[in-house]
Amino acid sequence: MKNAAGRAALRFLKNCIRILSLLLAVSIISFALVSASPVDPVQQYIMKIGPVSAEQRAAIEAYWGMDKPPTVRYISWLDALVHGDFGISLLYRRPVIDIIAERFGNSLALMLCAWVFSGIIGFSLGCVMGMHRGKWQDKIIRRICYLLSSVPAFWLGLILLLLFSVKLGWFPVGFSTPIGMLDSEVGIWQRLYHLALPALTLTLVSFSNIALHTRQKMIDVMNSAYVLFARARGEGGWTLFVRHGLRNTILPALTLQFASFAELFGGSVLAENVFSYPGLGSAVSAAGLGSDVPLLLGITLFSTLFVCAGNMIANLLYGIIDPKMH
Amino acid sequence: MEKKEVHMDKNRDIPVLAVSGLSVSFLMYDGIFGQKELRAISDLSMQVHAGEILAIAGSSGSGKSLLASAILGILPENAVTAGELRYHGRLLTPELQRRLRGTEIALVPQSVDFLDPLMKAGAQADGHRKPCPTQERRRIFHRLGLPGETEKRYPFQLSGGMARRVLVSTALIADAQLIIADEPTPGMSLQQALEALRMFREMADGGKAVILITHDIDLAVSFADRIAVFYAGTTVETARAADFQEGGAALRHPYSKALWRALPQNGFEPTAGFQPYAGNLPKGCLFAPRCSRRTAKCMQEVPCMRVLRGGEVRCFYAE
Repeated sequence: MKNAAGRAALRFLKNCIRILSLLLAVSIISFALVSASPVDPVQQYIMKIGPVSAEQRAAIEAYWGMDKPPTVRYISWLDALVHGDFGISLLYRRPVIDIIAERFGNSLALMLCAWVFSGIIGFSLGCVMGMHRGKWQDKIIRRICYLLSSVPAFWLGLILLLLFSVKLGWFPVGFSTPIGMLDSEVGIWQRLYHLALPALTLTLVSFSNIALHTRQKMIDVMNSAYVLFARARGEGGWTLFVRHGLRNTILPALTLQFASFAELFGGSVLAENVFSYPGLGSAVSAAGLGSDVPLLLGITLFSTLFVCAGNMIANLLYGIIDPKMH
Repeated sequence: MEKKEVHMDKNRDIPVLAVSGLSVSFLMYDGIFGQKELRAISDLSMQVHAGEILAIAGSSGSGKSLLASAILGILPENAVTAGELRYHGRLLTPELQRRLRGTEIALVPQSVDFLDPLMKAGAQADGHRKPCPTQERRRIFHRLGLPGETEKRYPFQLSGGMARRVLVSTALIADAQLIIADEPTPGMSLQQALEALRMFREMADGGKAVILITHDIDLAVSFADRIAVFYAGTTVETARAADFQEGGAALRHPYSKALWRALPQNGFEPTAGFQPYAGNLPKGCLFAPRCSRRTAKCMQEVPCMRVLRGGEVRCFYAE
């Protein structure tokens, strides 16, 4: 028992080292990309404060260290990062870390809703398809899945917005809180009300993946030798599903769902933009368009960490649940 | 214990299972137009009585395992069947099959693949029926020499021999009257194979009917009472095990004789040609293309099963 705990701790440690080295690699690559891109934070800054002379511009560049080579700039940025200083956002004039914290809270609510619903809906539909392979249930649901996985998130978001917000007026057109209200006055129901449509969009575009994977896994299970034997012993229908189908498909589905944080984050960028939802996704596109380099790099690193955390949970979960891994 | 559906017949003449004229075909899509019928089992007849082991012997791909599925009524959905199955004289309808499988008719597969990898051996052997036969199962595990902690083990933690005994235990727990053992010996050492077959012999001696599906003639001869020789989806001969021990003239069908001669101890002599594929069966006798004694009649007409010297044979010329 002690040995098993030790091995689990070792695996966790290995995972952490892997994530740290990945974060380092991502920081180098994204810094290099931003340095090589036409994004010019100095120009962006100057545009905000009005016309400046060439000397003043040079002074700003020197103040920001833009006259130094990229490697030196990278090292000083990394040094600040290690000390917890992500820099100041050029767009919002506030520390990057504060913006990420605030925006991530909104995004997390959105992504968590979509993650839970797409997981439950996707897994259930996958089970229905797999258990009724080739029948009408399978045919109809599978076509819906193909359709939804080929539809772009922003397009679906726009359609839902047009239908439910503009035409029917059931949901607000955008934002995470009612316009003209102080943040402290907004209740949980109002937040959920604003969250509903973006979460629905994100759910609809992400459940087909897990549904189709679960369907395939369920078909494999139903064709397995142990299901043949279970049938030979008189199991069938619901009993067969609960005793063998569910048991053997839930673990791969759960793993897949945790490993899908990357798609979820990608989808949330589009959904948040369509619904003007103030989350991390809309902040990252604003940072990209507004040449806000510190915020852009900060969010890049943070989203890497987020995706890695999902993958690590998937890995560790397998170790805990699958008896073969003990 | 649940009351048995059909009581053991005192009359030994009524077989536990009688199969007559069973055919199993599969509808396969053939190109864009229409479907093609693949005949996996054709016009098969056999009987198995209480207290005996009937071995069904044949090479791989002869449709032996499908026979087990057909008896249990768990063929794939695209299968089409014809013919008649009778259990203790009662017509085995899909409804009756549903009630009998896992209670009176038990399948005993032999590899660990037939156990759910994520379910503990105890829960697995108990099965889905209520009330849960845990006490009875523990007693049977003990009788089969399975240690007490076996029930808490997952299939991957069991040795091959233990997994096999867990599978055998399911037939004993159900107290089945008809046991179908599908390919019990591949991948086992001789020692393990003998041990497995001894368990089936015990069941038969205890009054059950056992069908032993195998491709290992030698083991079938040592443990079975009768042997049905399977070729291209049908039985070509039913013989007493003793006939196989004697070999040569004691056997009836040219294929059985060829099979006997192909055994290592009898000369290891191969027969030219291949077993026909289900989609490409010959018109007449299924063995005719490979038979040295075939005539024009064999190529045109399918011989019927007939009684000969205390066995049965499907050949015009057997004597």
